[in-house]
Amino acid sequence: MRSPTGPLDYLRRWPLQVWLATTAVFLYAPLITLMAFSFNDSKRNIVWRGFTLKYYALTFADADLIQAFVNSLTIALVSTVVSTILGAMTALLMWRFRFPGKAALDGALGLPIVVPEICMGVAMLVFFTEIVPWPTEAPWPLNLGSIIISHISFSFSFVAVVVRGRLASFDRSLEEAARDLGAGEWRIFREVLVPHMQPGLIAGALLAFTLSLDDFVITFFTSGPDTTTFPIKVYSMVRFSVTPEVNAASTLLIITTVALTALALWLQGPGVTQAPQAGEGLLP
Amino acid sequence: MNGPIIRFEGVGKAFGRTKAVDDVTLEVEEGEFFCLLGPSGCGKTTLLRMLAGFETPTSGRILIDDADVSLTPPNKRPVNMVFQSYAIFPHMSVAENVAFGLRIDRVPGPERRQRVEEALALVKLDGFGGRRPDQLSGGQRQRVALARALVKRPRVLLLDEPLSALDAKLREAMRVELAQLQASVGVTFLMVTHDQEEAMAMASRCAVMHEGRLEQVAPPADIYERPASRFVADFIGQVNLFEGVVVETKAGRVRVESVDLPAPIDAPLEAEVQAGQAVWIALRPEAIDLWPRDGEVEGSAARATPARAAAAVVRRATYLGVASVVEVELPSGRLIRAQHPNRGRRQTDFRPDDPVWLTWEAGAPCLLLK
Ligand SMILES: Nc1ncnc2c1ncn2[C@@H]1O[C@H](COP(=O)(O)OP(=O)(O)O)[C@@H](O)[C@H]1O
Ligand SMILES: [Mg+2]
Repeated sequence: MRSPTGPLDYLRRWPLQVWLATTAVFLYAPLITLMAFSFNDSKRNIVWRGFTLKYYALTFADADLIQAFVNSLTIALVSTVVSTILGAMTALLMWRFRFPGKAALDGALGLPIVVPEICMGVAMLVFFTEIVPWPTEAPWPLNLGSIIISHISFSFSFVAVVVRGRLASFDRSLEEAARDLGAGEWRIFREVLVPHMQPGLIAGALLAFTLSLDDFVITFFTSGPDTTTFPIKVYSMVRFSVTPEVNAASTLLIITTVALTALALWLQGPGVTQAPQAGEGLLP
Repeated sequence: MNGPIIRFEGVGKAFGRTKAVDDVTLEVEEGEFFCLLGPSGCGKTTLLRMLAGFETPTSGRILIDDADVSLTPPNKRPVNMVFQSYAIFPHMSVAENVAFGLRIDRVPGPERRQRVEEALALVKLDGFGGRRPDQLSGGQRQRVALARALVKRPRVLLLDEPLSALDAKLREAMRVELAQLQASVGVTFLMVTHDQEEAMAMASRCAVMHEGRLEQVAPPADIYERPASRFVADFIGQVNLFEGVVVETKAGRVRVESVDLPAPIDAPLEAEVQAGQAVWIALRPEAIDLWPRDGEVEGSAARATPARAAAAVVRRATYLGVASVVEVELPSGRLIRAQHPNRGRRQTDFRPDDPVWLTWEAGAPCLLLK
């Protein structure tokens, strides 16, 4: 007789194995193909012709592409820092206080999450041409300002939602315990509340970073000829043909984001594993 | 200073229309292990939190060492609290938790480390300083909470139901340990509990609360043996209550007539009463002796002193090991409980419908005015 079924025994049944394999294929096959073909020694990128690194050399030699890459990282970095601080402060405000218009603010916070990106893009375009004309000829990185602002305006609400979820699980007696032991408002904030928020802050920052890095639609409406970002540049390259150079550049981007994510998760440390779950449902 | 360490003067607290605490006047002396005892929702926690500073009284004053602290914020009061949930900081190690309050007070490093060591030793957590809170059992977390509060050398340590989160076995052990700890550090403890056994076992003095008011403040034995009201008598242990009217008072005794009892009952006179006044008599089950009614010597003796005896019939007997609880019916139809110690096997066999005599000592009945 076989022992009773353990949780992993279901994996021995073939329909489940097929299902798992299918999921894996749909999830990872496109990415792996993309990476593999970045090493393909063929201009047409259809059949495998042998291993080469020459498209990576080409990528690094393409000044426009590198500029777009640097622009994207700069925009993502700045908008992540700002939207994390702004989002965390909004979350704290909503969690801590009762004030007139709180319900309205609560609803408004969700808007950037639900409004179609195309509408946000058009809105930003109108805003930066009609209301606050942004000097796109300004020296780098000031010329990226309009893109950074529009990225902050949609990603900070994601941060706020994630951090607020985290705050909801805060045990108010910890705050009272700290006060009882002599701590004032600032010490309580620094030494009790922020450590509790930390996983939410990291999850929110990660979210803001990836949202900014891969944003196409909104950026498309706010970028100019000198302020191209990586997704926009890749799009313009792909309009002619999907070359291995595009693959190589994309692979570099994937590696960068995976490395940054790993770093963030590592910073988050062991033991605090609830945080990514808080934002999981929101990950695009 | 020889005055009380804590003084509540007519303290009240209303949340909207509910009066959580109502006109409490209470003094706690230095070095006491004082218990606030009462059913859930009676305002114990609110009273404790007002002393800690987390709630502001809506009336009255609170004094610590003769200084009015009613408006002092919690971080400026010389008291520390052990929270019901323990409230251990999850992102700090055990030692960091204990050191937190000292760090806030800017106690220099070497002294701080030494005091943390001492505090951990005091609660028998030597060597646990490096542990993370999630590696601790419930009992150990409670010790951390105790150490964290005691390391600040508070004038008064406040404990809100400190044992309620522990399992039964550990709870009993901790009762003894907590009382020993209090005796060894000499700090005044003010503990809240809804568990009367806990209060009995640990407190030097108790205050019984009911709907925001103090019903009685006395040492545990007095509360049990001389309850001040029907509420206290009923809340602390089990009791048989007889409603009646004062017939006469003489020579330190009061005679009360009750429709439930076949004959008037005598009780020690410990309050001012007048003939005709409506009162209650409390009689604990263990104060009632049971005798088979078939012509024994004790039975006839009982018949001779009707104010301390009654005839009854057994309705139900429940064997509980140490004792049996016997429910008997009086001729009036009233059911009362008697507790019969199981010392030998001779007398334990009370069966339904057995006729019995109930007798009690002259000092056992307790007169209650409310
Ligand atoms: N912050 C509060 N807001 C409103 N009502 C409260 C608050 N705290 C306590 N109460 C009410 O006050 C009463 C006493 O509560 P509490 O002091 O917690 O009782 P206990 O600790 O004896 O169980 C309860 O009726 C409770 O609902
Ligand atoms: Mg309570």
